[in-house]
Amino acid sequence: MVSQLIGKYYRTGSLPHIWCPGCGNGIILRAIVKAIDNLGLNQDDVCVVSGIGCSSRASGYLDFNTVHTTHGRALAFATGIKFANPDLHVIVITGDGDSAAIGGNHLIHTARRNIDITTIVFNNNIYGMTGGQYSPTTPTGEKGTTAPYGNIDANFDLCELAKAAGATYVSRSTIYGANMIINQVEEGIKNKGFSFIETISICPTYYGRKNKKGNAVDMINQLKEMSINKTAYDKLSKEKRNGKIVVGELHKSQRTEYTEEYEKIIQSF
Amino acid sequence: MGEETFKLMQGNEACVEGAITAGLNFFAGYPITPSTEIAELSAAKLPRVGGKFIQMEGEIASISAIIGASLTGKKAMTATSGPGFSLKQEGIGYAVMAEVPCVIVNVQRGGPSTGLPTSPAQGDIMQTRWGTHGEHSIIVLYPSTVREIFDTTIKAFNLAEKYRTPVILLMDEVIGHMREKVEMPNREKIAIYNRKKPSSSLEKYLPYKVSEGDMVPKMANFGEGYRYHTTGLVHDETGFPTNNGKIAEELINRLVHKIENNLDDIVDYEEYKLQDAEEVIISYGSTARSAKSAIDVLRKEGRKIGLFKPITIWPTAKNQIEDLSKRTSRISVIEMNMGQYFLEIERIAGKYSKVDKYGRSNGELITPKEIVSFIKEG
Repeated sequence: MVSQLIGKYYRTGSLPHIWCPGCGNGIILRAIVKAIDNLGLNQDDVCVVSGIGCSSRASGYLDFNTVHTTHGRALAFATGIKFANPDLHVIVITGDGDSAAIGGNHLIHTARRNIDITTIVFNNNIYGMTGGQYSPTTPTGEKGTTAPYGNIDANFDLCELAKAAGATYVSRSTIYGANMIINQVEEGIKNKGFSFIETISICPTYYGRKNKKGNAVDMINQLKEMSINKTAYDKLSKEKRNGKIVVGELHKSQRTEYTEEYEKIIQSF
Repeated sequence: MGEETFKLMQGNEACVEGAITAGLNFFAGYPITPSTEIAELSAAKLPRVGGKFIQMEGEIASISAIIGASLTGKKAMTATSGPGFSLKQEGIGYAVMAEVPCVIVNVQRGGPSTGLPTSPAQGDIMQTRWGTHGEHSIIVLYPSTVREIFDTTIKAFNLAEKYRTPVILLMDEVIGHMREKVEMPNREKIAIYNRKKPSSSLEKYLPYKVSEGDMVPKMANFGEGYRYHTTGLVHDETGFPTNNGKIAEELINRLVHKIENNLDDIVDYEEYKLQDAEEVIISYGSTARSAKSAIDVLRKEGRKIGLFKPITIWPTAKNQIEDLSKRTSRISVIEMNMGQYFLEIERIAGKYSKVDKYGRSNGELITPKEIVSFIKEG
């Protein structure tokens, strides 16, 4: 028997999902649904938009207005949806490759506009669906099928990027702390502006195997050990900061929201 | 508003006027010569009629945004030119597959690549047909006067809504930037078509199910309670992806046939002095204007020649062109490229008639004089 949460918000007919055993995406997806449930949003008023990749299959499993778009473009589709109908709660589900590589420019500009969209990045540090190529968040030195001798690229700090580009709510969590994800998604949806939530997921099948990280449980425990809150992180010496994942709310600010500003122009005539 | 009025209008302006008349209420775009006036005028006019304009961060972002807006029920358009049109192909394919009505304007300029930004060309004819990957059909319209731009833009929206498909409105730099005196039609006489919406109960709605004898599924707007899924993947009538070969075949067949089986409704063209013609020029867009002048000159000299001007470029007016080829001895395809539409005309007409081509790609207009010489030489 399915749980009440799954029965209400998942399209049970489209299950089982395609994710591998041990994948972290299911934890994030449940957290998103739980946050929506906690906020009591009407399903008809929620629109979930996703791009391409493992993360982005999530939209098909959820019983809202859902769009599975093209690679990297979820935020551009979502901007069209939100701007066209500001009454909808628009939530974007994307991955590290989708949002930071092919869709990186859309991320910057959606943040800049501060349009009321909540974006949740499922960051598994790898292109999972295509079989384990390195992504913009694969740590330097680690391996992917296209980085067989180690990745020489610097990896992105997506939260810093979103903050610098103008997001008004920025936070990070990991799948070890499901309650933290729920709380952050709630805060993100409540924020009237662009909210950016990076959730560190795991891909034992590719990232884990390529980099000898152990099984799914090992990887979740590693996330637990690497996680640290901002205040504690700031007190660490430079050497000790290496390899840490800073979690929690990282940025909050207030700025005019895009659709409201445009509505003022319409109302001026 | 009921009276016909006259206006001096630019082609790009007529496109915006036509679009707003058809119900345009969402425009997303990116600046590019020679289509920029369409974005500028949309930015100025749309908020005044309760519509919305957004300048996105690029061409792909713009077409993605209009697809999103259309899913909420808006009539949405973007406009671009050559290099931007190349970038639109991703979104065009998505709109074909997910059956999202929208209008994409391409005011052609010289190519390939950044090419000749301020010069006219008609080099995107084949790209409009096959620019996006995969098997598909597409509707492409191409007006040649400012008034016709107004009318054809309305038709583009009507066809997009009726067939749930992206419609490409082709123009070229000449007609986009040309100003002409336009007799504005009485708005009350203009037919506007809106997408068919579901009447089924919320639970029973299948977003990609077609009723008997119909090939276009009914479309609900996001936010109205018909919660559904849409994707660029092959999907069944529920909208969810499938790898089933039989379902894939049925879907692709339907997407192609909903257009190809409705030629009578979709195909539009103009005939000029064709009644007694023994030879024909086929030409479109600004080049058709030169062809008309050339025909007037040649007629004065006693040649029985006329013009067939396709306004619907794709799907091709194959029945009309085949008929013409059976009753005339020579068809000359004249276009500002090196013979793109010629390939299509030769395929249809080559069995019965001699098919010639004249054209070039140097950013210069084809003049009536050149056409007269070409016809006489043949």
